[in-house]
Amino acid sequence: MIKSLGKWVDDRLPVSHFWNAHLAKYYVPHNFNFWYYFGSLLLVVFVLQIVTGIWLTMSYKPSADDAFASVEYIMRDVEWGWLLRYLHSTGASFFFIAVYLHIFRGMMYGSYKKPRELIWIFGVLILLVLMAEAFMGYLLPWGQMSYWGAQVIISLFSSVPVIGPDLALWIRGDYVVSDATLNRFFALHVIALPLVLLFLIGGHIMALHEVGSNNPDGVDIKENKDDTGKPVDGIPFHPYYTVKDLFGLGVFMFIFAAVLFYWPDGGGLFLEHPNFTPADPLKTPEHIAPVWYFAPHYAILRAVPDKFLGVVAMTVAILILFVLPWIDRNRTRSIRYRSTAFKVNLFAFAAAFIGLGYLGTQPPTTLGTLASQLLSAVYFGFFVAVYFISRRERTQPVPERLQ
Amino acid sequence: MIRITFFLCLIGLLAAPNAKAASSNYPLEDAEVDLGDKASLYRGAQTFMDSCASCHGAKMMRFGRIGDDLGLSEEQLAALMPDEFTKPGDVITTNMPAEYAQEAFGIVPPDLTLTARVNGGDWLYTYLTTFYADPDTAWGVNNAVFPDVGMPHVLAAEQGLLQPVYETEGEGEDAKRRLVGLESPERPGALSEEEFEQKMRDLTAFMVYMSEPAALLRAHYGPYVLAFLFIFTLVMYLLKKEYWRDIKH
Repeated sequence: MIKSLGKWVDDRLPVSHFWNAHLAKYYVPHNFNFWYYFGSLLLVVFVLQIVTGIWLTMSYKPSADDAFASVEYIMRDVEWGWLLRYLHSTGASFFFIAVYLHIFRGMMYGSYKKPRELIWIFGVLILLVLMAEAFMGYLLPWGQMSYWGAQVIISLFSSVPVIGPDLALWIRGDYVVSDATLNRFFALHVIALPLVLLFLIGGHIMALHEVGSNNPDGVDIKENKDDTGKPVDGIPFHPYYTVKDLFGLGVFMFIFAAVLFYWPDGGGLFLEHPNFTPADPLKTPEHIAPVWYFAPHYAILRAVPDKFLGVVAMTVAILILFVLPWIDRNRTRSIRYRSTAFKVNLFAFAAAFIGLGYLGTQPPTTLGTLASQLLSAVYFGFFVAVYFISRRERTQPVPERLQ
Repeated sequence: MIRITFFLCLIGLLAAPNAKAASSNYPLEDAEVDLGDKASLYRGAQTFMDSCASCHGAKMMRFGRIGDDLGLSEEQLAALMPDEFTKPGDVITTNMPAEYAQEAFGIVPPDLTLTARVNGGDWLYTYLTTFYADPDTAWGVNNAVFPDVGMPHVLAAEQGLLQPVYETEGEGEDAKRRLVGLESPERPGALSEEEFEQKMRDLTAFMVYMSEPAALLRAHYGPYVLAFLFIFTLVMYLLKKEYWRDIKH
């Protein structure tokens, strides 16, 4: 009975086709390491944010008068509201932790190279939209940091020549961040951007499953197929990687829960302490710090003395990722077989990113600005160096099979 | 090696001291807050209602919630409420009209529900214990961690009035005095030093609780959630091992 019902559906909807194409007969390399957990983890965190977001929306009030109090209402009076709110706020930080590690994995193993350029482009688009999503979500609690952070970032648009002031006014819908801004950010945060994210993630995964996954060796497993057409070094995603990713999920959720239950503020990084003061348009805080995941870009912005050029530098710092597949001219994918120069360059880039992240949360000092300038140079220098290093790079021979 | 370096970087990043705009450099004292000590929280709640709530509200805190969380009897809860008309669902409000406060203090006393969450328990405890004599201010008192505070020393009768120790920095016209320490009051207060400190610790603990009542729930559910996830992870690990037995690496 159930079997015939299943067949009835399957004759009309490609259920088993989908299952086979993306899970049971989707062949992936068998040598994925630690770095390969983050893709599926990101999918889980995305769903978590959507689900907790829906429930938070049931009690949150997007108005300048009520927003702050409604968040505290969720924290105090709504059944399990505190858990939903902490899941969502901790989820935001873990989203970025996983995204940054996922991107770094791609850079280490050359996952952006032919034929995976489009997956990479989808990925950078996801990063951009995710940043917009996080920025708009951060305004919603309507605390001092929410308010003044938005004020600072939106005013950056006013430094654009000619259209700047009008552009900033158009974004805010008012001359200062106000109720109008809060309402439109709410609309974008809960509907528009999540929809865009959903489509981009769909594109990211479809493009991935078309060309197949890269791996830590950077070996193309489709080059070696057996008589039946299956890659010899490939294993079906299901059940092998479904169980492996469930284990990874367990570890991730354990760390996630430990933070949520015992350290939800993240020492002031995940939930900034001044943000527990209601937004006051008349009182500018002494030090306006972005949340940690925007700190590297904020440090680059502050490193440039000219405001508009700072905005340009900050924007380029992300947009430049789009052209990485073409800047890197070497065909060897994995860092395992690339030159020392490339390795040093990549790790200097990662260290600069972390250093900038630290500096971005600190109040500006002369020494700090100098350090930010130096690390910004290392950040952008990575892309210049890759271009030249990759031209005539001495790489080690890539094996034909997975090691 | 690469992995270890990476994790060290990550830990370093998370452990990086978080930027907090310090309005003074006076060292903070450890408030030793223990949210498990319900008796301390109750004493703190009493002090809050007696000494703070006449000027400050805490309009996100309901009396009934305090009663439930601290396991209070009906009599104990009633003793916290300002009058017989107050219901458990009511929040802590103040009777002082805002216009009067503005006139008397130059500022409307801020709501205290979230104060501990903004500034931290240690700051709050140090603030409560470091009012000192300063004849240059409107109330004749100043505070070590909140310079030029607009609040009088409400508990002066209990603590006595601490005397400041200054150090002069610079010379001539540029000379500035800097607070380096506090000395015992000339006339002792109604409470001994230990009694007063304990009272302030209780008050701080209550205000830390009030800033996030969910902290008690986090502490309650945390171990169960972590235990479940630990077992889940273990089972998944064994399952993965079982499935992967036929895959050669």
